[in-house]
Amino acid sequence: MIHDHGVLPAEPEKATLEGRNKVLGFWLFLGGETVLFGSLFATYLALKESFVGGPSPEELFDLKIVALATILLLTSSLTSVFGVMAMHKHNTKLMQLWFGITVILGAGFLGLEVYEFYHYYHEGHTLTSNAFGSAFYTLVGFHGGHVAFGVTWIALLQAQLAKKGLTVVTAPKFYVAALYWHFVDLVWVFIFTVVYLMGKVGA
Amino acid sequence: MAQHAARPRNTGLKDWLTTVDHKKIGILYLVAGGFFFLLGGIEAVLMRLQLMYPESNLFVGATFNELLTMHGTTMIFLAAMPIIFALMNAIVPLQIGARDVAFPFVNSLGFWLFFFGGTLLNLSWFLGGAPDAGWTAYPPLSGTTYSSTHGVSFYVLGLQIAGLGTLIGGINFLVTIINMRAPGMTFMRMPLFTWSAFITSALILFAFPAITVGLVLLMFDRIFGANFFEVANGGNVVLWQHLFWIFGHPEVYILILPAFGIISEVVATFSKKRLFGYSAMVFATIVIGFLGFMVWAHHMFTVGMGPVANALFSIATMLIAVPTGIKIFNWLLTMWGGQIRFTTANLFAVGFIPTFVIGGMTGVMLAVAPADFQYHDSYFVVAHFHYVIVGGMAFGLFSGCYYWWPKMFGKMLNETIGKWNFWLFFIGFHLTFFPQHFLGLTGMPRRVYTYMAGQGWEMGNMISTIGALVMTLGTAVFLWNAFVTSRKAEKAPADPWDARTLEWAIPSPAPEYNFAQTPRVRGLDALWVEKMAGNKGMTPAEPLGPIHMPSPSILPFLMSVGFFIAGFGFIYHQTIVSVVGLLVVFYGMFARSLFDDHGFHIEVDEIKETEKGVKL
Repeated sequence: MIHDHGVLPAEPEKATLEGRNKVLGFWLFLGGETVLFGSLFATYLALKESFVGGPSPEELFDLKIVALATILLLTSSLTSVFGVMAMHKHNTKLMQLWFGITVILGAGFLGLEVYEFYHYYHEGHTLTSNAFGSAFYTLVGFHGGHVAFGVTWIALLQAQLAKKGLTVVTAPKFYVAALYWHFVDLVWVFIFTVVYLMGKVGA
Repeated sequence: MAQHAARPRNTGLKDWLTTVDHKKIGILYLVAGGFFFLLGGIEAVLMRLQLMYPESNLFVGATFNELLTMHGTTMIFLAAMPIIFALMNAIVPLQIGARDVAFPFVNSLGFWLFFFGGTLLNLSWFLGGAPDAGWTAYPPLSGTTYSSTHGVSFYVLGLQIAGLGTLIGGINFLVTIINMRAPGMTFMRMPLFTWSAFITSALILFAFPAITVGLVLLMFDRIFGANFFEVANGGNVVLWQHLFWIFGHPEVYILILPAFGIISEVVATFSKKRLFGYSAMVFATIVIGFLGFMVWAHHMFTVGMGPVANALFSIATMLIAVPTGIKIFNWLLTMWGGQIRFTTANLFAVGFIPTFVIGGMTGVMLAVAPADFQYHDSYFVVAHFHYVIVGGMAFGLFSGCYYWWPKMFGKMLNETIGKWNFWLFFIGFHLTFFPQHFLGLTGMPRRVYTYMAGQGWEMGNMISTIGALVMTLGTAVFLWNAFVTSRKAEKAPADPWDARTLEWAIPSPAPEYNFAQTPRVRGLDALWVEKMAGNKGMTPAEPLGPIHMPSPSILPFLMSVGFFIAGFGFIYHQTIVSVVGLLVVFYGMFARSLFDDHGFHIEVDEIKETEKGVKL
């Protein structure tokens, strides 16, 4: 339980059974998420040629903006690692800094994605235009939804950290949020490859 | 030290709505699952009445299709799964010597999501018609062109919400079994029921996301005008079949593995022998779970995947007969030379074995792809899967209910009524489904609401309907038994069956904290080991002390109501309603994250009071 005046252990996220349960449960949850995104990728691969007269992936995608988004998200994954390292050193200030940067980079990624979708929409590439559009927005949109959830989640944890401090209760929350963030980042690596790069050169 | 709350004393309805106690959640699952089981059963009987005579006019066309769809969907998702979760909740933590599950809050959320998902789905009956595209909901039939009412939308949203509950329930049991075992309870000392709960939970974790995606695609097509299954706009209807069966085939193992686990416990207990080939049983369970993911396309032999794919899936399917055969022989060899007691629980277990063998054998027949072109979509398939699901899983669940009823409710079900229950259900079952093999082989297609006279199908259908009525009677006898038992004053002893595993080392019903002192496990069949060593009970692994418990919470109920409201919003295209519902959900998540639950303690005095006079 919470020891406000005790010494925090080296890995506070695994100090209690509750914490260990949470971390293990979250790994398993990510296993389920892998199947979820795997199914969405399979759907996309099955339907990516079905643009039925609409704009093709090759015409649509602009790699410059996607590359920028990729850099933002990959960097945010790195800063979340720094955040966890700061947590292991029990340095709350540094934790707030690194997770703060993570949130900002994540929000930047979302901004670029919204801009990108807006752009596509005006080129006639929508959820309802054809099966390719449906598959594209569902896959990339599910990922975007995960980023949005993650940004909100980590921001909420930042507020808790400021109020409650780093304890054996708050530490596992940051740890699993960081796991989630890496997962979201990893999915993006596949989206960048399968959707964008293969869309440009795979046709 | 943060302050612990005083011990909450909720009673009545508030207690049931807010409980995070796995034993109470188990009872909630049993009651709700039992209710849906009755609904699904009534739907089945209505269909059988329509098919009793050729060219009947009781329930024709769309009404029959609705009954058919809702029977399948209800039985699989809202009856079978929850009753499995009922027994898993009630028994698994006890079998591994745990005080609680890993995530009591999530456990409660899982139940309420299932409950409101199932309620949403069934409300469709009163709101313009139930889904009528079959429980498999293949597009284009389930698309807006051919299912223009809201029925299939209820199916999509109801299953999505219930499925979420199942998924988090699965994660909860995985973590519970990995992290919460008592000292000495190694993996290879876990009772078979816990093993099967473990593998089933893993299957849930990896299978349910596939149906989630399938349902999302169908939902987007129906509600937001997407084109996943609209062939004119580049969609592909076979995509649904793959996603559905990538979930759907593991699902049948999700259903049957816990029944295997129950049978293993019951047969060993009532043969007074250690389970024959324990490690082979564990291995077979794992192999079945693994192979369960490799065979989904055997549901699609006639789609046109080509001979190579058909051959591979055909062989993979037949492979499952090997670990299943291992199980059958091990049960038989457990009984061999044992002191067999034919209690109701054991009757169901023993009745299960030959019934399941028949179902498994027709399964191998169906796995032969070229032959499947003949069996496909005929009553032969209906006979097959009812033999494995009713003759397999439902028998197993009845067996489990009779076996663990004293541990769940503190009272023994009546054995005389139980025997009536078994024989009526057993005979009714075979009368219903055995003739369907021959109906199928002589060409009667499944999912039809009537047939013409003079094709040799009258007798089979008549017998089948009579059988269904006998099964109904058997089920009614079970309800009567539960009612009679609830009125009985006599309390069950801690170990009424002279059983082998840990759950029988504690009082019946299990106290709130399960084990006053965490037990030390010294071998397979932990309690039996102590009995053979002449001990009166388990050796404790810790001194008696105050026990920390999680606080009850209304949030799981509230969040599920939020999902329920949001579901309505999506079905009727009311964005504001959906947003309001989802806001309730997010509020629940915020509140759960922001306000720490410090729980409360049960003090030593109270534990001593509860444990007083408990005899093994």
